[in-house]
Amino acid sequence: MAIVSQKSKFGSIARPTMAWVVGLIFFFPIFWLAFTSFKTDADAVKPEFLFFFTPTLDNYLNMAENYDYWRFAANSVITTTFATAFTLFVGVPAAYAMAFNPSRHTKDILMWMLSTKMLPAAAVLYPMTFLTKNFLGVFDTHFLIIIVLSLINLPIVIWMLFTYFKEIPKEIIEAGKMDGVNTWGEIKDILLPLAWGGLASTALLCFIFAWNEAYWTVRLTTTEAATLSKLIEGNRAPEGLFFGRLSAVSMAAVGPIVVLGWFCQKQLVQGLTFGAVK
Amino acid sequence: MAGLTIRNVIKSYGDVEVMHGVDLDIDDGEFVVFVGPSGCGKSTLLRMIAGLEEISGGEISIGDRVVNEVAPSKRGVAMVFQTYALYPHMTVYNNMAFGLKQAKTPKDEIDRRVQQAAKVLDIVDYLDRTPRALSGGQRQRVAIGRAIVREPEVFLFDEPLSNLDAALRGQTRLEIARLHERLGSTMIYVTHDQVEAMTLADKIVVLRLGHVEQVGKPMDLYSKPDNLFVAQFIGSPAMNIFNSTVSGKSVSIGGEKGVGELQEAPQNGVVVGIRPEHLTTCKKSEAVISGKLELIEQLGDHIIAHLIRDDKSEFIVKTEHFAEFSRGDLMHFTIDADRVHYFDEKSEKRIS
Ligand SMILES: Nc1ncnc2c1ncn2[C@@H]1O[C@H](COP(=O)(O)OP(=O)(O)OP(=O)(O)O)[C@@H](O)[C@H]1O
Ligand SMILES: [Mg+2]
Repeated sequence: MAIVSQKSKFGSIARPTMAWVVGLIFFFPIFWLAFTSFKTDADAVKPEFLFFFTPTLDNYLNMAENYDYWRFAANSVITTTFATAFTLFVGVPAAYAMAFNPSRHTKDILMWMLSTKMLPAAAVLYPMTFLTKNFLGVFDTHFLIIIVLSLINLPIVIWMLFTYFKEIPKEIIEAGKMDGVNTWGEIKDILLPLAWGGLASTALLCFIFAWNEAYWTVRLTTTEAATLSKLIEGNRAPEGLFFGRLSAVSMAAVGPIVVLGWFCQKQLVQGLTFGAVK
Repeated sequence: MAGLTIRNVIKSYGDVEVMHGVDLDIDDGEFVVFVGPSGCGKSTLLRMIAGLEEISGGEISIGDRVVNEVAPSKRGVAMVFQTYALYPHMTVYNNMAFGLKQAKTPKDEIDRRVQQAAKVLDIVDYLDRTPRALSGGQRQRVAIGRAIVREPEVFLFDEPLSNLDAALRGQTRLEIARLHERLGSTMIYVTHDQVEAMTLADKIVVLRLGHVEQVGKPMDLYSKPDNLFVAQFIGSPAMNIFNSTVSGKSVSIGGEKGVGELQEAPQNGVVVGIRPEHLTTCKKSEAVISGKLELIEQLGDHIIAHLIRDDKSEFIVKTEHFAEFSRGDLMHFTIDADRVHYFDEKSEKRIS
């Protein structure tokens, strides 16, 4: 008996400890970032001040002035919002068609779309830069970033929506047809209310991916359409000594999306339990 | 109000043809039941009438109008699905009102019809609930209500009761029968259930492998099946089938006596069909068939007895009481000559 209780006691301590250790390893960069953002630039590079320092809000208070934060933030909000909206605008009808009127080729098309995600981005870096700059003249515009972010997310979004729509019983859609609803009404009055949990999580994921995207937003912008990713990336080298400031602006860049995710989590769980009734 | 005409209707999925030229006439106000084994095409035919499934060939008319190219909602039909298929996010009221709203019916007219249907179906108290908060039987009534409010010329039911328990099934069956009487609309009803088919139908359509095997009144199908398939499909327990020896016109299935006489000497071999409820016990000298009692199933109001013949073939007898016999006894049976069914061995068609 003693052994049993010892064993379970060991388990009840070891497992949470493990979880905490793993969690902390993942969280450490953010933690370090958060700490550093409250340090002066001078303190930030001194290892002895890792935990013990005099916190200051200066980095945050001077952010707008140091980095023109709001312009970049505005660009992020604009491109991410429009890209998400556009992705859903294209993705919902596409997934609808594939889920409810599948053809022999539907599965192949889905696979093909997914396969576009296997293309190494670096492979098309030069053509993309060259074409957008010299040919199309859309380099460093909101339009370009919105289109690029949309296209990057479209395959994932269509896959997710397709999966959610598939779970809606076909008969409910057919009942709508018997009731004389047109295609738009079918989407608006039946499909979306039934799939809104899935739709919300898809939209959120799409938003997060678009917000966090760095490869293209960094390379296809200079100033006009530059997003927060670009802000952080762009200031990395020249301001290498200003760790405190840079940390504050990084926090301000990742902050909104973390908060959004945290808030929506509850809503999403609620949404996902809204199953269709047979 | 309208009847239906189905002319040489074909359905193919890709290269596979699943309905092979169905012809059917349904009169105005008739209650028609489609029966047949699983996969025979009952649902497919019903869904083609509804407009949910494209018609690959032939013509379907409702009233005088060919509806092949008409949208489901414009055909004057309403459908009740096996899974109810209610809109889970709408209240019962809105579930019923949805179709009328699509048709731009005035608000007070919608309200009048929904309230009236709710009263008939006894769901007035649930109008504000969502389907989730209803029992299976209540959901089914809402589904029927959704069909009623549209005042269709033709009602379509695809196995509407198969998700209900036995007691509720009986009750809802009665309600559907009453509804038909009250509304007088044409109704087409798909089922697996013999009892539903026999009790509800004015006309039964027996389907098999995408063909119509026989169309007729329930009692006609029971007493005069066109072929061996219908004979075995209609009636429960199923009809006993025996090989026979024919000499001249008289037919025997191995008992002391023959089962009866044909009107003329047959070309091919003859298969004899005898319903389990038509066999009665008798003396050995009068027996048309004999067998050893192997098993008795007590069903309260009647008994189903399984018997084995000398050649190991089995048959079934359905009767009210049987008290004096027990397992292993040899029993003898006779039958009214005009209750015997004869079928051609090759074509499986009825020989009258
Ligand atoms: N979408 C489809 N693609 C290919 N074949 C199909 C399709 N739908 C139905 N079938 C075939 O058509 C035939 C008829 O099917 P149907 O659903 O009408 O049968 P049913 O009589 O309603 O059977 P059940 O009693 O099991 O409901 C079956 O052989 C089925 O395999
Ligand atoms: Mg079916």
